[in-house]
Amino acid sequence: MSFFQGNKMTAGYGDGPDIISSCSINVSRGEIVAILGPNGAGKSTAMKAMLGLLKLKSGSVSIDGDDISSLSPQDRVKKGISFVPQTRNVFAELTVRENLEIGAFLREDDINKVIEEIYELFPILKEKRSQIVGQLSGGQRQQVALGRALMIRPSVLMLDEPTAGVSPIVMDELFEHIIKVKETNVAIIMVEQNAKQALSISDRGYVLVTGENKFEGSGKELLKDPEVRRSFLGA
Amino acid sequence: MDLLNAVIVLLNYTVIPALTYGSQLALGAIFVTLIYGILRFANFATGDMMSFGTMFAVLLTYYFQSLGISFGILPTALLTIPFAIFMMILYMLTIDKFVFSYYRVKKSPPVQLAMVSVGVMFVTQAIIRIIIGPSDRRFLDGEKFILKATEFKEMTGLNEGLTIKSTQAITIIVTIILVSIMFWFLNKTKTGTSMRAYSDNEDLALLSGIDPKKVVLITWVIAGILATIGGILYGLDKSYRPFVYFNNMLPIFAAAIVGGIGNPYGAFLGGYVIAFAEIFLTYAYKRFFIYLLPESLEPNSMIQLLSTDYKFAISFSILVIVLLFRPSGIFEGKKI
Ligand SMILES: Nc1ncnc2c1ncn2[C@@H]1O[C@H](COP(=O)(O)OP(=O)(O)OP(=O)(O)O)[C@@H](O)[C@H]1O
Ligand SMILES: [Mg+2]
Repeated sequence: MSFFQGNKMTAGYGDGPDIISSCSINVSRGEIVAILGPNGAGKSTAMKAMLGLLKLKSGSVSIDGDDISSLSPQDRVKKGISFVPQTRNVFAELTVRENLEIGAFLREDDINKVIEEIYELFPILKEKRSQIVGQLSGGQRQQVALGRALMIRPSVLMLDEPTAGVSPIVMDELFEHIIKVKETNVAIIMVEQNAKQALSISDRGYVLVTGENKFEGSGKELLKDPEVRRSFLGA
Repeated sequence: MDLLNAVIVLLNYTVIPALTYGSQLALGAIFVTLIYGILRFANFATGDMMSFGTMFAVLLTYYFQSLGISFGILPTALLTIPFAIFMMILYMLTIDKFVFSYYRVKKSPPVQLAMVSVGVMFVTQAIIRIIIGPSDRRFLDGEKFILKATEFKEMTGLNEGLTIKSTQAITIIVTIILVSIMFWFLNKTKTGTSMRAYSDNEDLALLSGIDPKKVVLITWVIAGILATIGGILYGLDKSYRPFVYFNNMLPIFAAAIVGGIGNPYGAFLGGYVIAFAEIFLTYAYKRFFIYLLPESLEPNSMIQLLSTDYKFAISFSILVIVLLFRPSGIFEGKKI
């Protein structure tokens, strides 16, 4: 039994059609799991379902053995699940430091120590701490988004395309940061378009097609699988 | 000497009145911009809400006076502010609970909420008409002047007098204090930061555990304070005519939009931009030029760019010009 599990989740938006059907994703602490798949496959939707942003028609979500299917997103955040959405994942009009402070909104204790830890992980954020986030570069913004999500010291981190729109060098840098976070015993699920690079740092991967699990396996297995290579890795 | 006299004329008839009027507009404009930035709709009931709060100050002032309570040289109305604010906030929260929250939960488009606020405006006007009626009321007591023209002339030996009404000084001082506290709250406190975060990115704010109900509540509390104090200051300075506040919405919205709607600093400065524009463009400069020009060139017209009847046209023109050329407002700066 994994630490954080989505079991046979079926869900859609409002009264619309099911976007994911019987989709299962799980992750253990200290593990990185990649979710891959074509555009519109339902990758973001699967993540939103695990956070409770949409209602499950069937299936369940559990953390550490507790069923949390009926909890609101805010209550799941309180359980230690942090989410970095695909778009609008920072407060663009606030400063870097204020973004981190809001990330720790639910914490009652002294947050200065956590902020210092984040600054250590992302030195650029310390340098830019008083700048408005809207004025930062794409890579710096992604670091703010990650930093904000880490402020609650989550046990589960869900990242929706953390490297969207950044250069290959910055992408490598971001992946290094993500590995560092994993080493602090956090369970990480990430959706990625850069499938090869994502699989190379992931312990396991899932390939979703039209909302269903199509392939799953360790990073290496998926990288080698000829069918996966042909349809998703462009090789 | 003539130069000094000319400066005093300008100060007395334009600068001081514009600072006063600008402060009153600024408070209203910040109210509009806060509601727009956080609750995401243009509140057309702004003017009448200001009137509603002021109405309680007027009634309570009469009541306090009948009890023999006074505030010495200061207007009794200042003592009523906390009570008037309380009633105002109570009214706003009631309206929010029974009207606005329904559309907010349904995630109605902003235009729909704006139309709903027009309905709230009519209801508010009706309540005011029932409680206090439409007539003009003065509720200013205490010392009327800080500096009288005659005293100033004696002191300085100048021809022109400088008058400072106590309401002018009170307006400017209260505005500075109130606005400073508000900006400190929005920028330096955890709750204030969470409100700006909510206004910036609602979904992410919810994910961070910010409670939207609390944000809405505090927004109305701040709005209630701004509306009531802005309304009382205006009423003390002019007089309380319940439905004049409705007309003031044009310059107030103009100030909020000039400042970049959603940006409280902009709204604050926008209030003064509109006030100075209105007063500078409608002031008759004849006296001013009499002091400056040699007798042979003395003006025989009023030298007034626009008649005061056109003062609303000025707000309106500024509004249109800004919307055409700088729709994000003329000031840089962060939104709420
Ligand atoms: N808020 C929404 N309301 C209704 N339908 C939506 C919503 N968000 C996404 N969808 C639909 O759900 C389907 C899957 O979208 P989703 O965002 O989960 O895909 P994705 O795999 O993350 O794609 P991408 O790689 O482009 O991010 C799409 O057909 C999309 O149109
Ligand atoms: Mg997506």
